[in-house]
Amino acid sequence: MSVLVDHNTRLLVQGITGREGGFHAEQAVLYGTKVVAGVTPGKGGATWTTKTGAYSAPVFNTVREAASKTGANASVIFVPPPFAADAIMEAADAGLPLVVCITEGIPTLDMVRAMHFLRGTATRLIGPNCPGVISPGRCKIGIMPGSIHQPGHVGVISRSGTLTYEAVGQLTALGIGQSTCLGIGGDPIIGTSFVDALRLMNEDPETHAMVVIGEIGGTGEEEAAAFVKAQVKKPVVGFIAGRTAPPGRRMGHAGAIISGGKGTAADKIAALRDAGIQVAESPALIGETVKEMLKEKGKSVEGKP
Amino acid sequence: MKVHEYQAKHILAHFGVATPRGEVVFTPEEAREAAQRLGAAVVVKAQIHAGGRGKGGGVKLARTPEEAERIAGSLLGQKLVTAQTGLEGRVVRRLLIEEGLDIVKEFYIGLLVDRASARPVFMASSEGGVEIEVVAAEHPEKIIKEYVHAAAGFQPFQARHLAFGLGLDPVLLQETTKIFSGLYRAFQATDASLIEINPFVQTRDGRLLALDAKMTFDDNALFRHKDIQELRDLNEEDSLEVKASEYKLNYIRLNGEVGCMVNGAGLAMATMDIIQYAGGRPANFLDVGGGANEEQVKRGFEIILGDPNVRAVLINIFGGIMRCDIVASGVVAAAKSLGTKVPVVVRLEGTNVELGQKILAESGLNFTVAQGMKDAAEKVVAAARGH
Repeated sequence: MSVLVDHNTRLLVQGITGREGGFHAEQAVLYGTKVVAGVTPGKGGATWTTKTGAYSAPVFNTVREAASKTGANASVIFVPPPFAADAIMEAADAGLPLVVCITEGIPTLDMVRAMHFLRGTATRLIGPNCPGVISPGRCKIGIMPGSIHQPGHVGVISRSGTLTYEAVGQLTALGIGQSTCLGIGGDPIIGTSFVDALRLMNEDPETHAMVVIGEIGGTGEEEAAAFVKAQVKKPVVGFIAGRTAPPGRRMGHAGAIISGGKGTAADKIAALRDAGIQVAESPALIGETVKEMLKEKGKSVEGKP
Repeated sequence: MKVHEYQAKHILAHFGVATPRGEVVFTPEEAREAAQRLGAAVVVKAQIHAGGRGKGGGVKLARTPEEAERIAGSLLGQKLVTAQTGLEGRVVRRLLIEEGLDIVKEFYIGLLVDRASARPVFMASSEGGVEIEVVAAEHPEKIIKEYVHAAAGFQPFQARHLAFGLGLDPVLLQETTKIFSGLYRAFQATDASLIEINPFVQTRDGRLLALDAKMTFDDNALFRHKDIQELRDLNEEDSLEVKASEYKLNYIRLNGEVGCMVNGAGLAMATMDIIQYAGGRPANFLDVGGGANEEQVKRGFEIILGDPNVRAVLINIFGGIMRCDIVASGVVAAAKSLGTKVPVVVRLEGTNVELGQKILAESGLNFTVAQGMKDAAEKVVAAARGH
């Protein structure tokens, strides 16, 4: 078992005929993900084929049609920012249980509307502005490089893309495999919070430990710390990026800003530590910290073959 | 994106929010003429994109047009240092000349998007003129919050909650409702990320006005607001940051000596942190994007080296799917065309990493190849120290 995605995931790609969408759809196929459909309004009836020509999927005009004809149960969105919130709502309207939005740069007020639309639906949104979700060896939805991952028992949750790859790369190099790696996104408004992700991984019997990679801005990490303190028995390692970030400046991610003295790395690290989370001092030590902690707790560090 | 106070007031006035009569001026003569037109006492307000102007000496009362001209002469072209500008201060190039008002009460009103609830939220406090962070820390009970329903929008009962919560005179209720509704409409219509009225004032003659106004706009929504894009004042931004934005690079200048170029914002922040961990100070934040190409790497390099404080550069690229040989070629091409003597430490990870490192090693340039982030940070800090 893994979190959110596995061998039964049937993926639909919104924006499959675009450069990014097509490239990453092919990468997903190569990783073993079942890509069952693409959606590009106006290109319904076409067929999307991988560069090698070995694999193809039908393209539809609407998500509703694609889902009903192919049995897709998850969507990944590679739609340009002005149209991405609409794409999220279209996927939710079609009843897809999982929607992963990769798009960076969606206007905040568009996301306010999209999040309101999602309330009361059965759809879980991951992102936007995220690398996606991968259960190593089973299913990859997103833009992360599959090759750095290894199946195993550590769940990784992060607001960042490449910093997650850095952490996963360290884990894999130490022989520590991952159950699921989930990028929740760097925007101020996201569909799945740290707490939501921790809850999923806490309930997943295959996940033995979690890594939480946060950054400055907002209070998601503080809420995660409170949740861990109250409800999580599994060991958790943390890292917070942005100790050297100046206040009032947006550090690349729309959500990474210290405003009004709130959202500093120091506050977040203190909250994590208070919850008994092992915080890696340096980003180079995330893997080592996990290894030490697993040794302490007597957990197996090997990944599955 | 930030705008000046006078620009924010102009926008808010369009949505029915009362503001003092005023004019923006660029010379002392214009200040005198504006003061004459406004009559009686005026307030001369320096227009810079930073708060704390009052305490920093950027807001002054003038009783006569001549005094307004004299004050304008003392402010224009001078550097204003406030708690928010840093020690270097900001050069004052524009002034807002406004009518003086007889104020009896001051309030705080803010409007922004609450991250956790994904809704716009009004924040109001009877402690006007005081920074909201200070009120939040010392008297959190004095902050009134109204979360706006994303579909239904701002409702009159919410305006009443705010008005009665602030202790405003019930005879002013209609006007208050109009102002709060106007603020919300302005927020929606312009894709603002923040509207802050501090202070919002009641005058002795019973008027309610935005005495100060700060508006910040969502950069991601500027594509649909050409009129707001035109309000951008490049003088208020760091020249290297302006150049970076032209190439769609995320660059923020800092005070250190170790330049860094990284793909991805989280990894870029972590790279800054590890530079400090190794005993150095980051000179900048620079995210070249998840899929950096040769041109972006070159421009990023140029911008980093445009900062004279930079003694060494760390390039940290976790390519993943991206091919390291392409990144390496970009770095080599950039370094060659710029003819730089600054030592460069490169850490590459991803597809074709060996080929990438080979390209760097054989370039004949001053590159040091690092293995992993720790090694990279230690090497670049040593290089910056001249070792």
